[in-house]
Amino acid sequence: MGELKLMKGNEAIAEAAIRAGVDAYFGYPITPQSEVIEYLTYEKPEERTGMVVLQAESELAAINMVYGAASTGKKVLTSSSSPGISLYQEGISYIAGAELPCVIANVVRGGPGLGTIQPSQADYFQSVKGGGHGDYRLLTLAPSSVQEMADFVELGFEIAFKYRNPVMILTDGMIGQMMEKVELKDPVPRWTDEQIQEISGSWATVGKPANRERNIVTSLYLDSAIMEQHNHHLQAKYRQMEAEEVRYETFDTEDAEYLMVAYGSSARIAQKSLTLARAKGIKVGLLRPITLYPFPAKPLLDLVPQLKGILSVEMSAGQMIEDVRLSVECKVPVVHFGRFGGIIHSPEEVLEALEQKIIGG
Amino acid sequence: MARVQGAIVVDRERCKGCEVCVPACPTQVIELANEVNGKGYHYAYMANPDACTGCSNCAIVCPDGVISVYRVKKTA
Amino acid sequence: MDIKDIIKEENLVYSKTKLMTDNVLSYCPGCGHGTAHRIVMEIIDEMGLQSNTIGIAPVGCSVLAYDFMNIDMIQAAHGRAPAVATGVKRTWPDKTVFTYQGDGDLAAIGTAETIHACNRGENITIIFINNGIYGMTGGQMAPTTLEGMKTSTSPHGRDLKKMGNPLKITELIAQLPGTYYVSRQAVHTPAAVRKAKKAIRKAFEIQQENKGLTFVEVVSNCNSGWKLPPVKSNQWMVENMFPFYQLGDIKVDGELVK
Ligand SMILES: Cc1ncc(C[n+]2csc(CCOP(=O)(O)OP(=O)(O)O)c2C)c(N)n1
Ligand code: SF4
Ligand code: SF4
Ligand code: SF4
Repeated sequence: MGELKLMKGNEAIAEAAIRAGVDAYFGYPITPQSEVIEYLTYEKPEERTGMVVLQAESELAAINMVYGAASTGKKVLTSSSSPGISLYQEGISYIAGAELPCVIANVVRGGPGLGTIQPSQADYFQSVKGGGHGDYRLLTLAPSSVQEMADFVELGFEIAFKYRNPVMILTDGMIGQMMEKVELKDPVPRWTDEQIQEISGSWATVGKPANRERNIVTSLYLDSAIMEQHNHHLQAKYRQMEAEEVRYETFDTEDAEYLMVAYGSSARIAQKSLTLARAKGIKVGLLRPITLYPFPAKPLLDLVPQLKGILSVEMSAGQMIEDVRLSVECKVPVVHFGRFGGIIHSPEEVLEALEQKIIGG
Repeated sequence: MARVQGAIVVDRERCKGCEVCVPACPTQVIELANEVNGKGYHYAYMANPDACTGCSNCAIVCPDGVISVYRVKKTA
Repeated sequence: MDIKDIIKEENLVYSKTKLMTDNVLSYCPGCGHGTAHRIVMEIIDEMGLQSNTIGIAPVGCSVLAYDFMNIDMIQAAHGRAPAVATGVKRTWPDKTVFTYQGDGDLAAIGTAETIHACNRGENITIIFINNGIYGMTGGQMAPTTLEGMKTSTSPHGRDLKKMGNPLKITELIAQLPGTYYVSRQAVHTPAAVRKAKKAIRKAFEIQQENKGLTFVEVVSNCNSGWKLPPVKSNQWMVENMFPFYQLGDIKVDGELVK
């Protein structure tokens, strides 16, 4: 059993990174996630594990430092919040195109523009549908507890290296700032140069020895035929993710006639709404996608025969609902509910929406 | 008489006929050919081979790195 | 003496370094990029650093540098090479890391990354090719474009009132405590190439000693952008670029050259 601690979600990401043997963190302060870099600079991970922590001059620089270190086979983490993640998009597109592993946490705040520092889930499209230019996907993990904030760092790197693809931890200011008990894993050492050689030697740019061709990290293919091939290769990876990486959780779905779909903070709230609804005798269940891309489309579709309606709950004007609708192939009505712009809906508001928009509607 | 004798070999097909090597030669060895290579460039060649001292000036300014330089000490 | 007797393996005194690949350079005839590539690779070769070096080339005509330099290389987004290099060097402090950037890249879109990498004193080497124009995209105005110079976006000549002043970014970064060696060179004549090579070698040597950022600007030509044949473009460079971008060391051993 690991060490038990009471921590903020943001701190849990930072501590988990040190313990997971992450090699470097690059970032730029922005509310509501500055605790990540504050914790890391305070903890002196360079003394604990040799992990590098650097405050960049901008998000543009931070994501490109990630790109550089990731090009060499290192485990690199960064975090930011919505306006900063918008600046990351160029870099993320390059990272995806060049097939580099890394983990990026977005502690989402309300937008658009400078928006608000309060929590939001309005960066769903940006994270799940692309965000930057070109045909690429981010594997997106949505933690709904401080425990998962910690756990998904390690999981994120596992997946990122399995596919050589960036992984996004999509969370929000509520979970980032919330304090909860968390079980921290025992520290593992960072990879040695030899291990990096073994794991990533075929592509990482660490200096060309005489006995291999030079390694090149690039996303440039001037010949369109080769560019198309490269895209096919990327798409094949995404299909594999869709087959192997879908993660989700269900609550009270066995006899459910109605279903709520919610992730992250909204899933926590919906769990409370579920208890309230069940107390009233409403046969409702909850499906919580843990991976937003790949989206748990099949498990949702499998539930359709027993369902009369679905409430898609998210702190946005309605983004995930598009994936919910696609998943159920229009076989059952799907309605959106959510407060947004930094306002967190209450369990009662969700229940009311369920009763009025789905059951009564 | 120079005590060294040089010679250059221009990789004719890779020469882009830019002429940068021509003024770099202190002994006016190089000219561009009237003929063109496969890419349509008038390639550089030793028009005046006896004057070459193998100083490498031409080779080190050639942007495309297509000149190799040879040099021998004259015994006679 | 017969030429055949001279052209023998044992008499070879100069040929392209093996650290340049056999791919045909994608540059226009007479473009200084090729010469600059070659001397950087000669230095890496002579210093025995091939297996230890990571090069970073961002967008610009030299975006395909990885096709020509036979070392591990990273292609970076436009302007971001110093940040990419920082990521590499911070996680591999014993490796030799350099960027190879154009003037649009380094002095326009990447100004922030350049200044901050210099200011942090990252132990990297920046090779900065200043041809006063955006070559790759077809000859638009760069921050380094001279007053009155015609480009495709200053077709009537650069008007300082409307378009701002040519930026001497090299003098600017030399002011920063993080830079240890800053020099401006050229590669248009044999003597210039020899000097430039010395400067770049010095930069790489300093990097081995972890003394701070080293920065070598190479004032170069862009025949296509300037719309001049190669030899004429070199003359134009001497007459117009050099008076404004004066060659020589700007900062040595961490001290500005007076
Ligand atoms: C974000 C972004 N903006 C614009 C471009 C287009 N672009 C490519 S190269 C270039 C200018 C390159 O000029 P310079 O850095 O001086 O290098 P040169 O080609 O002259 O060697 C521009 C504007 C790009 N690739 N990416
Ligand atoms: S400098 Fe090189 S490419 Fe140019 S003409 Fe001479 S040999 Fe040919
Ligand atoms: S080696 Fe020297 S002398 Fe010979 S052709 Fe080249 S520049 Fe001229
Ligand atoms: S466009 Fe200019 S900088 Fe680019 S290869 Fe041609 S001459 Fe060189």
